[in-house]
Amino acid sequence: MKLTLKIWRQKNAQAKGKLVTYQLDDISPDMSFLEMLDVLNQKLILEGDDPVAFDNDCREGICGMCSLYIGGRAHGHEHEVTVCQLHMRSFDDGQTVTIEPWRAKALPVIKDLVVDRGAFDRIIQAGGFVSTKTGAPQDANALPIPKQNADKAMDAAACIGCGACVAACKNASAMLFVSAKISQLALLPQGQPERDKRALSMVHQMDMEGFGNCTNEGECEAECPKAIKMTNIARLFREYYRATFTYEEQ
Amino acid sequence: MTVLDSKVPGGPLEKKWDQHKFDLKLVNPANKRKFSVIVVGTGLAGASAAASMAELGYNVLNFCFQDSPRRAHSIAAQGGINAAKNYPNDGDSIYRLFYDTVKGGDFRSREANVYRLAQVSNNIIDQCVAQGVPFAREYGGMLDNRSFGGAQVSRTFYARGQTGQQLLLGAYSALSRQVGEGNVKMYERREMLELAVINGKARGIVCRNLVSGDVESYTADAVVLATGGYGNVFYLSTNAMNSNVTAAWRAHKQGAFFANPCFTQIHPTCIPVSGDHQSKLTLMSESLRNDGRVWVPKKKGDIRPPDQIPESERYYYLEEKYPSFGNLVPRDVASRNGKLVCDEGLGIGGSQSVYLDFAEAINRLGEDVVRARYGNLFDMYHHITDENPYKMPMKIFPAIHYTMGGLWVDYNLMSTIPGLFVLGEANFSDHGANRLGASALMQGLADGYFVLPYTIGGYFAGTELEDVDSSHSVLKGLENESTEKTNKLLTINGKRTVDDIHRELGKLLWEECGMGRNEKGLKEAKEKIPKIREEFWQNVKVPGEAGEFNQELEKAGRVADFLEFGELMVTDALDRKESCGGHFREESQTEEGEALRDDENYAYAAAWEFQGVDKESTLHKEPLTFEHVKLTQRSYK
Repeated sequence: MKLTLKIWRQKNAQAKGKLVTYQLDDISPDMSFLEMLDVLNQKLILEGDDPVAFDNDCREGICGMCSLYIGGRAHGHEHEVTVCQLHMRSFDDGQTVTIEPWRAKALPVIKDLVVDRGAFDRIIQAGGFVSTKTGAPQDANALPIPKQNADKAMDAAACIGCGACVAACKNASAMLFVSAKISQLALLPQGQPERDKRALSMVHQMDMEGFGNCTNEGECEAECPKAIKMTNIARLFREYYRATFTYEEQ
Repeated sequence: MTVLDSKVPGGPLEKKWDQHKFDLKLVNPANKRKFSVIVVGTGLAGASAAASMAELGYNVLNFCFQDSPRRAHSIAAQGGINAAKNYPNDGDSIYRLFYDTVKGGDFRSREANVYRLAQVSNNIIDQCVAQGVPFAREYGGMLDNRSFGGAQVSRTFYARGQTGQQLLLGAYSALSRQVGEGNVKMYERREMLELAVINGKARGIVCRNLVSGDVESYTADAVVLATGGYGNVFYLSTNAMNSNVTAAWRAHKQGAFFANPCFTQIHPTCIPVSGDHQSKLTLMSESLRNDGRVWVPKKKGDIRPPDQIPESERYYYLEEKYPSFGNLVPRDVASRNGKLVCDEGLGIGGSQSVYLDFAEAINRLGEDVVRARYGNLFDMYHHITDENPYKMPMKIFPAIHYTMGGLWVDYNLMSTIPGLFVLGEANFSDHGANRLGASALMQGLADGYFVLPYTIGGYFAGTELEDVDSSHSVLKGLENESTEKTNKLLTINGKRTVDDIHRELGKLLWEECGMGRNEKGLKEAKEKIPKIREEFWQNVKVPGEAGEFNQELEKAGRVADFLEFGELMVTDALDRKESCGGHFREESQTEEGEALRDDENYAYAAAWEFQGVDKESTLHKEPLTFEHVKLTQRSYK
C-alpha cells in the first residue's frame, strides 16, 4: 500500500506546531496503524530526521496509552477499538491520512502526538476510590452483590482512561470518563458511604482542570473504544444533584 | 561461592509467617513518618506496596515511566487470580494451592515463600472486593470461580477477560487516595537509570525525566523495585512495548544478585508473526485448547488450504504423543512441541505456525456453543488476522509471556543489597521454573499488600540509617555516568536503528535460549552477544537530543541493558544442564524424549553476582529443600 500522511509535528509544549506531509510505500495491510508509524520512524531516523513521538505501550487495547486523532476521529474510523488495534487493511491504497494529537485545553501537547493526561489522575485522586485500608476486611462473600449490579459496575469500570471522549467532544468534556468511575462505585455497596462526597469532589476537580460541560451530543459514546455508555453521564448528574442537597444537610 | 541465606524462619510451615510477623521488630506509629521509601513501578506490586506503606504512615515516593500509574503492564492480564477460598466446596485449601504451585514450578521455588503466598491469597480477594473491584458474580450475589490453567479445583476469581485491569485499577485507586492526601508523591514519566548504594545500603535512585530530559536524583531510607519482567529481551513478546530490565539490571550491577535469569515462560497460543514489521505478539487465552485441536500437515511445505488437507494427511502431534492429556498438556509441553514440528519443517506452508482447529468442536457442539465459550477470542483473532476462525482453523505459535527469573530476594523480599526490596515479576521467588496460570496477579498483590509492609518495618527498626540527600557524592557520580552514557549514545550516529539491533538480539535468544536449548547453541550465543553489543556501541543511530522528550533515546538505554542481560541469561542456561519447568535442555531427556529434571545436581536457585561487562559472573547457590512436597517427575503421556 501507498499512503500520504499528514502528521502534527510540535517540538515541545511551548513550540508552535504544524502538519507535515510524509509519503510511505510498501505498507502491508496486515500492519497495525502503530506498526505503520514504526516503519515511518525507522525511515526518518535513517534519513537523519526526528521520528514522530506518540504514546503507546501494551498494543492490545487495554493500557489506554495510545491516543491518536486520525482523519478527524478519536482512535480512527473503526468502532470500539483503540489505535493500536486499528489495521492498515481498513485504509485504501493511496489514501491521505491526517494524524493529530488529542485537542483539549486540559490535555496539553507535550510533543508531536503526545499529550499530558495528568488531569485524569488528579480527578481520580479527588475521590475515585473507596477509602479502605489494606488490612483484614470482611470475607469477600459477606457482601453479596446482585449480578446485574456487578455487571453494570463492570461495564463502567472497563474505561481505560485514554481520553478519546474528551478529544471527540466539541466542549472537551470529561464527563464520560468521570461518570464511568462514579457509576462503578455508586452501583456497588462498597461505594455508598462516600457516594455524595465523591460526586462533589470529582466534579469539582473536573471543573478545576478546565474540561468543558456536557451538551448531550454523544460523540464521547460513539468514539469510546470500550463502549462506555452515556447513561453513565445521566447517573453522574443524578449523583451530583443528590449530593448537592444531602451533603450540605450533613 | 557463598551459600545464600534465605532467612526462612524456623518452625512448622503453617506457622512460619505468623511467627515471623510477630518476631519482626515494629516501627512505632509516630516514628513511621520519619522514614521514606522509594517505590519504582506502579503495577500490581508497586501500586499496592506504595499505597499500603503510605497508609501505615511512611513517606512514599513512587515512580513510573508511563504517563499515569494506571498504565502499568499488569493491566493486560486477562485470565484471573487464584485464591484458596474454597467457595465452590471442591476440596481446595491453602495447602493444596501451595502444593500445586510448588509442583507446577517444577520444584525450583522456595517452599516457605510459596506457602505464604497461598496463605495471603484469601486476604487479597477480600481486599480487592473492599476496594470495589467488580469481580464476576453468580445470581445469588456470591463471587464466581472458574477452573484455569489445568487446575483440578475452581479457585480462579475473574472480572470478564480483564482481571488484571480491574485489580490494577483497584490498587491504583488506593494509590490515588494516598497521592491525594499527600502521603505518596507520584513521579510519572520518570525512568530509573541507576540505584544509589551508600555505605552498603540502597538509599536512592537516579532517573531521567522523560519529558524534560533532566537527570534527577531522589533519596530515601529504602528502595523498592517493582519493575516487572524482562521478556522484551526477546524483542517479540506479549509484554508491553516499553517493559524493560533496566531498573533490575542497574541494581544488579550495583551488587544485587540476579537469580535464574534463564527461567522464562512461553505461552503456546499466541497469534503468529506476520512479517518483519511485527512489533509485539498477542496472546489468546489458553482455554482455547479445551476445544481446539492442534495439528500440522504431514507433508513438509504443504501449501494447500487447510480444508483441502484430508484427515489422513494431518499430524495431530499432541494427541498422538500424549494420548492421555492430548491438546491439554501444560504450556511448556504444548509450546515446545509446536516449535519442534516447525523446526522440522512441518509448520503451515513451511512457516513458524501450527493450526488450532475448531471444526470438530463446531460439529459436535454447534457454532453457538463455541461462540458462547470463545466468542471474544474468536473476534480478537478475526480482527487481527482478517481470517474467520469459525470457517478456517486458527494459526498459532508460542510466544514469550512471563519471566520467572529475577533479582534474588530472601524471605523478607530483600535483595542482596540491604534496603533494596524487590516485588512481583521483578523478583525470582515464588514460581520456580514455571508459573501456573492466574498466579502472577496473586504474587504481585501478595508482595505489595501483605508481605512488604511488614518486612520493611523490620528492616527500618533494626537498621542504623544516616542522613543522606541528593547532593551526596555517590548520586552526583551516578548522575555524571548517566549523562555520559546518554551523550555517548547520541554521538555514535551509526547506520542501524535501535530496533534493528534489538531484533537481532531477540532472534538469537529465541533460537538458542528459548524453550529448547543445547550446549552448542548456547555457547554460540554466548560468543555472538558481545559482538552484537559491540555493534550497538559502534553503529547505532539515536536521533535527537538529551534535553528533550526522546523516545528513541529511552529505547536505546533499555536495549543497551538487554544486550548485557542477554549474556547472563545464556550463562545461566549453560550452567543448568537439566530440563526443568518451562525449558527443555536437549542433553537432559528421558528415553521417550521428555524433559528430565536433575534434582541431584540442580535443586538450587542460581544467583549470579555481577563482576563487570565482558567478565564472567560469579554463581552463588541457594539450595532448595523440599520437606512437604514430594519430588516427582511430571508425566503427561
